[in-house]
Amino acid sequence: MVLAKQVPDPETPPSQFKIDESTNKVIPPNGVPPVVNGFDLNAVEAAMRIRDSGADVEITVLSAGSHFVMDAMKKPLAMGADRLVLVDDTGLDEIDSAATVKVLAAAIKKDGPYDLVLGGRQASDWDQAHVTLGLAEILELPLVSLVQKLELKNDSVLLQRVIPDGYQEITAPIPSVITITNEIGEPRYPNLRGIMQASRKKPEFFSLADLGLSLSDLTPKLVLKKLYVPESNKQVELIVGEDEADSGKKLALRLREEKLI
Amino acid sequence: MTSVLLIAERDVLGEISQSTLQLISAANELDDPQLTVAIAGSAPESATSLAIGKLVTLPAISDDEVGIYDQITADVAALVTSTNPDIVILSKSDFGTVVGSRVAFRLDLALASDCIAISNSGGMVNVTRPVYGGSALAEFEFASSPAVVTLRPGAYEPNVDAGSPSIEAFESVVAVNKAASVTGTVAQAGEGVRLEDASFVISGGRGLGGAEPFSVLADLANALGGAVGASRAACDAGWIDHSHQVGLTGKSVSPDVYMAVGISGASQHMAGCSSSRVIVAINKDGDSNIFKEARFGVVGDWEKVLPSFLATVRELRA
Repeated sequence: MVLAKQVPDPETPPSQFKIDESTNKVIPPNGVPPVVNGFDLNAVEAAMRIRDSGADVEITVLSAGSHFVMDAMKKPLAMGADRLVLVDDTGLDEIDSAATVKVLAAAIKKDGPYDLVLGGRQASDWDQAHVTLGLAEILELPLVSLVQKLELKNDSVLLQRVIPDGYQEITAPIPSVITITNEIGEPRYPNLRGIMQASRKKPEFFSLADLGLSLSDLTPKLVLKKLYVPESNKQVELIVGEDEADSGKKLALRLREEKLI
Repeated sequence: MTSVLLIAERDVLGEISQSTLQLISAANELDDPQLTVAIAGSAPESATSLAIGKLVTLPAISDDEVGIYDQITADVAALVTSTNPDIVILSKSDFGTVVGSRVAFRLDLALASDCIAISNSGGMVNVTRPVYGGSALAEFEFASSPAVVTLRPGAYEPNVDAGSPSIEAFESVVAVNKAASVTGTVAQAGEGVRLEDASFVISGGRGLGGAEPFSVLADLANALGGAVGASRAACDAGWIDHSHQVGLTGKSVSPDVYMAVGISGASQHMAGCSSSRVIVAINKDGDSNIFKEARFGVVGDWEKVLPSFLATVRELRA
């Protein structure tokens, strides 16, 4: 089971990033469609590498949200995942990470059982890194974070966990919850066959009611009061020489003048 | 009165970390704070002379014996349950992120991560945190108590007065079943100055176009006794090892001079270098965001700018 979140494209130019301060929401930029959180694609890649190693695996991608854009959400299928399960409810727009964990845990219990639950190390919109960690608690499963390599061995999984200036080698039982970091390497590009297969696959939908939940179970514990773009008051001093080489020289002299080098 | 529980971390020498001192500074700005600092293992000397109310030592059980952070998570959860503080604060490190999240979910508490400001008044706790990779700031109010918060390192200055806290040992009775086990550790220490310690950092991004140009950056770093960094795009492309990555998901650096070459200045990258004293940008695209963050900049092709910059640096230092 791989967790995936639809997020605004983090490559959106800052000039196009705008917030509606009356609703505390990001205004979707024109012509920049949402994407699957890049760290979650790292997790899809991790699952695909388990399959590449010869193991017989079924890869299910799970997401909770609303206003899903299928071109974006089907990318994991095009990479090779087998199924896409979406908990789709407009009420999920307003929930916090605690409620997201409740929804995902209920969906995993309903759709499961799973040998491994993989998620990206964090999402590129709210950058919290709560959901996968919280799921381990709610599902009462062992947790290993920041994994850059994984390999099945008998009834356990061998992991490399990134630490400052190196990594730990870890043996975790199955089932476990694992967060995948971008050190695992670039997610594979979907090939034509993958894209064709993905286009034919239909996502499976759960409503909140299917999971035995209602919005009153999902009241946020953390209330967003204000969302805004901070003002930058920095003023750059551009160094301009006769040509680019001269600019380089003048830059060095200017930094020396400021006693910076 | 605000009762605050801080979960301490140690530096490489085993003393209380700078990031923990920053937590204490942050807590001291709250409304009539009563501070308790909890630390795993015996209290280091640096912790016993702080101006805090109480120092609590937790049992020191190695992760290798049970699983990563499993025992400390259980002990912190037990301590929170028995002392019921208003606010629990951890540093936004890997340790703080994992332990803070797990304790909050285990005890069904509200949680805000990677905050840059915390305040309270009239019983309400408020935090500010960067979101969308730093493109926006969000202000939150906690709807329940205790509030669990992780603070971004560098958000507060580590100014703590000297004092003599009472010291007590918290004897956890929580037994943790062995889950994941650590079977080995592989060090991949880089050569030369550590990125985090360097006073001069030169970083390359997508604009460098390949692995080869990083040797030019290394020459400059060597000439100035500095270190080489990189954007996530350059690391993910395989041009340079991930240990050089600066940014939200990489290392945080605060050198005197941070030189960004061929880096557009996406907020995710800036999150790792914005506390540098001076940012210098070299980029072909004069409209790129890095020039909004930089103090000095050259709009131009790094292949033409850097060689003369390096030659001039060498002349100046000869």
